[in-house]
Amino acid sequence: MKLNFFNGSALHTVRFAMCVLLSALLMLSDHHGGYADRVRNALSLVVYPIRFVVNEAFVSLPNATFGWFTTRQTLLRENEALREERLVLNARLERLREAEEENRRLRALLDFSARIDNSVIVAKVLGVDIDPASNHLELDKGAQHQVRRGQPVIDGRGVLGQIDRAGPLSSAVILITDVNHAIPVHSKRNGLRSIAIGNGAAGDLNLTHISRDDDIREGDLFVTSGLGKVFPPGYPVARVASIRRTEGGGHADVRLEPVADLKRVREVLVMIPSAEAVADADPR
Amino acid sequence: MDFSAPSHVSIRLVVASFVFAFALSALPMPDWATLWRPPWVALVLLFWALHAPERAGVFVGWMCGLLLDVLAGTLIGQHALALALVAWLGQGIRRHVRLSAVWEWGLAVFLVMVIGQLVVSGVTSLRGRPVDPWIYLSVPAAGLLVSPSVFFLLRRPWREVEEE
Repeated sequence: MKLNFFNGSALHTVRFAMCVLLSALLMLSDHHGGYADRVRNALSLVVYPIRFVVNEAFVSLPNATFGWFTTRQTLLRENEALREERLVLNARLERLREAEEENRRLRALLDFSARIDNSVIVAKVLGVDIDPASNHLELDKGAQHQVRRGQPVIDGRGVLGQIDRAGPLSSAVILITDVNHAIPVHSKRNGLRSIAIGNGAAGDLNLTHISRDDDIREGDLFVTSGLGKVFPPGYPVARVASIRRTEGGGHADVRLEPVADLKRVREVLVMIPSAEAVADADPR
Repeated sequence: MDFSAPSHVSIRLVVASFVFAFALSALPMPDWATLWRPPWVALVLLFWALHAPERAGVFVGWMCGLLLDVLAGTLIGQHALALALVAWLGQGIRRHVRLSAVWEWGLAVFLVMVIGQLVVSGVTSLRGRPVDPWIYLSVPAAGLLVSPSVFFLLRRPWREVEEE
């Protein structure tokens, strides 16, 4: 190629140099959690309609269209199943209410502070990040709806992650499988404590500091331990999928599979802690 | 970014093509396909940089990149840098690539897409996040595969305006 490759476009080169400089500044600022967040929030208002329309056109509309053609038979069957499920759930709820009442009495006796009740917001998943290196979900609720950074996000089955960025109208959830996410957990079977760290693109988690001799089996359920104060205790996180005990060293590699359906979830619950909990909870 | 300069391409067409490219970028895709998502915005930008340089300069590319960063959830500035580079390269090679020679043009598109992807995924891996090495080739390859459709779709209306 000739040397006068960019001949006559000196102006473009100057512009390009400016863009490089600005990009570098923005990236550094964003990496260190600085001013770039405001740029992101402002631009998210422009991107929101695109996400919304695409989600409506390619996810909600097809679902609704196919749903419309469901046969009467299917509907009746579904209705029946739902009614049965409601009965079972109602019975369980009754028992739970009793237990809660008892719990409160005992706590009062022991002079413990009452467990904080969380309120929740139902949010729709607008889409997943198109960057394959990141495990994030985009939600259709933002700061306008009291969504803030660090709030836990769950679905009907277990923990999904926590709010990473809260824009004005939308927010991003960092999933528990992201390499930058760690969640304090304990085994439901024997209380063994550990921290579950995301494994990235693979879509599973790893337990840290597990020694060869720890009592841990395939299928063990790990729930939030409540340490770290971001997640309330007792919510299911993941099940042990495989254990590999190293021959020489003293530790074991434990792989967990998330309980929540991270890949196909359409609606999630964002937990809004009460005011006093917000005061002393530090996100991450 | 100089929209006031005389041009044979209407601003409306340029804006519409970018909106469409963003929508395609936000399209939900199954897990296995994420490595093969064509770089729609970069393709449209490159097309305009080659065919109507007064409509899509470095600044337009940079702004589109910022929006794409928000859409993709990457660092603010990551796609902006890559797309500014794509626009700059497009304007630079414009005089050297015969747009009528298919293989020359295909090679140019592929190389520019590879360079853009190097910037985006390079920054991601610099941050210590895992990057599938295939992405450096799979995304530009997907771009090359769909590029005829983009170029054909955008070229027709452009020609009609020109003939008026």
